[in-house]
Amino acid sequence: MSEIIPIGPYHPLQEEPEFFRLHVEGEIVTKLDIEIGYNHRAIEKLAESKSWDQVVFLVERICGICSTSHPAASINAMEDLGGIEAPERAQYVRTIVCELERIHSHLLWLGLAGHFIGYNTVWMWAWKYREIVCDILDKMTGNRQSYAMFKVGGVRRDIMDDDISWYRKSLDQLKPALDMFKGAVMDDPVIHARTKDVGVLTKEQAKQYCVVGPTARPSGLAIDVRKDDPYFAYDWIDWDIVVLQEGDVFAKTACRILEMYEAVKIIEQCFDKMKPGIVDLHVKELPPGEGIGRAEAPRGEVYHYCLSDGSNFPARYKVRAPSYTNIFSNEAACVGQSVADAALVLAAVDPCYCCTERLVVVDHDNNTERKYTQNDLIHLSHERTKEVRKELGV
Amino acid sequence: MTWDDLKKNIQDKFSDKILKWFEHNENRIYIDIDPDQLVPFARYLFEDLEARFIIASGVDTPRGGIEVLYHFDFYQLPQVVSLRVFLKKPDLEVESLAPYIKGTEWIEREIAELLGINVKNHPNMVHLLLPDDWPEGKYPLRRDQ
Repeated sequence: MSEIIPIGPYHPLQEEPEFFRLHVEGEIVTKLDIEIGYNHRAIEKLAESKSWDQVVFLVERICGICSTSHPAASINAMEDLGGIEAPERAQYVRTIVCELERIHSHLLWLGLAGHFIGYNTVWMWAWKYREIVCDILDKMTGNRQSYAMFKVGGVRRDIMDDDISWYRKSLDQLKPALDMFKGAVMDDPVIHARTKDVGVLTKEQAKQYCVVGPTARPSGLAIDVRKDDPYFAYDWIDWDIVVLQEGDVFAKTACRILEMYEAVKIIEQCFDKMKPGIVDLHVKELPPGEGIGRAEAPRGEVYHYCLSDGSNFPARYKVRAPSYTNIFSNEAACVGQSVADAALVLAAVDPCYCCTERLVVVDHDNNTERKYTQNDLIHLSHERTKEVRKELGV
Repeated sequence: MTWDDLKKNIQDKFSDKILKWFEHNENRIYIDIDPDQLVPFARYLFEDLEARFIIASGVDTPRGGIEVLYHFDFYQLPQVVSLRVFLKKPDLEVESLAPYIKGTEWIEREIAELLGINVKNHPNMVHLLLPDDWPEGKYPLRRDQ
């Protein structure tokens, strides 16, 4: 019997609205339709009525989790347009903020993923240690989220040298936590059973769907803007790009955990290498022309394009967030999965969206409807974990 | 392949089809082409030179038409190549790249509904961002409405 299972318009695990229509044969997904647009805020259109300075604040509101990646791409685009190079110290400050954001975003995702497969301890711990990062950001920028640090030609606030030892101490507290997460995920037979060979996105599919970030790298695509088109201070730092080959949910999880280690490494080197200096060029205007800016957000490449006619407002502003390509790839990764696994696969790309309410099963033959709440869906996933535990005898 | 090799390949293959080659700086290259060259050009980049499609962006210009840019990069290289096609009003038509590059499917739906461009031979031309009951002929990013 063929059925259609709609998930959405709010994603049952993540936090923003979208709509997935799962076509299933019994328990197995045969096709996936994706609908977005429930949260379209016309930011590109709005940007045309904002001054260049205001655009940076506007794009910061695109996403609450990667709230510094969009401003990063935005100032990269504007600096590309104007041929501006920010001072060295500002580049280090920018890099530190970007990497702190990467750690907190990956921990947030790890917590949600843990909760979803029935590992609530991982959830609580991940979010507990995320607080360390948020505290650092709070002290450094004045905000736990939406830091408003970046501007064309520099940053708005310098990092106080006196605070650096406190930041280092906080990062030191994070390191054993990362080791713990690595152990908890990499060595757990149940997590292996739930995530290995689940939701595989092959390298060829990854290329066809043009995916980016921790959705592409676990599929064997060595792609990272920080390495490929270095911006800020990434070129002056010694760090490695994490590339895995399997393309399954496990590889996506491992990729994010390993990237947090790299992020810590990058931040520490920035503290080591930062020299006193100015942090802002006080740029007054931008010339006519075009600019392209890229930044590696926690979810992958953010791409901004701006067109200037020489006025104080962009004539056109285009934003491509990483989830735009990554979510579409679910179309390939979900096919052949069970419903309990499919919801995990949908979440494994860390879509910038969301969690909530309902799952409706539509039985075409009987013309009946059954509604699932968020708890029902999580229950389904937890039951699957229990089955796996029983099979493994743990 | 280095960028110099790629550049030579592109210029050799499409020497007479390139209307304008503009390097904003060493990493940002804009290539103007005719709309009928879009599919062969993009396929050559994607299939032969293993480029990655990033996104497309369209802008309604005061020059009586819509400019669409298709942005590509080459994985480990810093260069971004933007193919620019100019569609003169009222013939706003361009061939779809989605049959060859899956990743273009959504953005083609988006530029179709926001700018009113007819993307020919698209496999799934339905609304992406706008609601299904959005009035026909109203395009939010057009400046002439």
